[in-house]
Amino acid sequence: MIEQTVFYLFGGILLLSASMVVIMRNPIHAALFLVLSFFASAAIWILLHAEFLAITLVLVYVGAVMVLFLFVVMMLDINQVTVREGFARYLPIGIFVAVLMVIAMGLVVGSDYFMSDTYMAIKSVSPDYSNTKELGITLYTEYLYQFEIAGAILLVAIIAAISLSMSKSKINKSIKPEDQVFVKKHDRLRIIKMQSEKKVL
Amino acid sequence: MIILPEVLLLAALLFCISVAGIFLNRKNVLILLMCIELMLLSVNMNFIAFSHFLGDIHGQVFVFFILTVAAAEAAIGLAILVVMFRNKNTINVDSLDSLKG
Repeated sequence: MIEQTVFYLFGGILLLSASMVVIMRNPIHAALFLVLSFFASAAIWILLHAEFLAITLVLVYVGAVMVLFLFVVMMLDINQVTVREGFARYLPIGIFVAVLMVIAMGLVVGSDYFMSDTYMAIKSVSPDYSNTKELGITLYTEYLYQFEIAGAILLVAIIAAISLSMSKSKINKSIKPEDQVFVKKHDRLRIIKMQSEKKVL
Repeated sequence: MIILPEVLLLAALLFCISVAGIFLNRKNVLILLMCIELMLLSVNMNFIAFSHFLGDIHGQVFVFFILTVAAAEAAIGLAILVVMFRNKNTINVDSLDSLKG
């Protein structure tokens, strides 16, 4: 019973803050509400016994990704008037599509199939069960290859983000090879005629 | 005691809110990126719900990988956004029409 109350509380917070992300005028407020929705869903994940991923969500998303978002929001000088135009125009179609999708998904999700015994038999865990250990064992044995690829993806992301956002200002005297191969002799060397020196007696 | 349809419905509602957000904030790339993050969050919630109710750890491994890819996507997306703002001085989606597509 208490479990269900906590679930409904955090579910309500999650939906409310997600709606605020969508309708907020100021991008900073939207980013902060996104932080709140990540916290609420982390709480729900803990209720569903995914403790490691809940902590990861808080550390990685709230600690890194959302700070990146806030950093970018504050770095850019956004004209909020032009950014908001069209909000009222797209409101009817946006709500229409959302309601349609809620009905469609509700019909699928609310069916008796998901109420069946297959999904009700939650195995009880012993007090010394560690979600992190279980996940780690699976990750480092069965999914080792995929785990390495994930690391490579993160490396690619670092390189791509740095090379995209690095300004092109000249910071050193390195040569450009593509210009260098087109250099001809007369670009660099000037031959001048001059009188030879008189012999001093 | 939480039952599975409740969690699935919560994730479905979250997904629909973020789809509506993409429709409403057509001008602001920053909010669009946030809505994509919310969508990935709702998908992750489905994975974790099934992982819990089926007693299967593999769903959580999937969530782990989705989190990794989402973090990479957010970093690259924001870098592209910064470059776009530097070149065009706006983050309006409609101004991205150089390709005349």
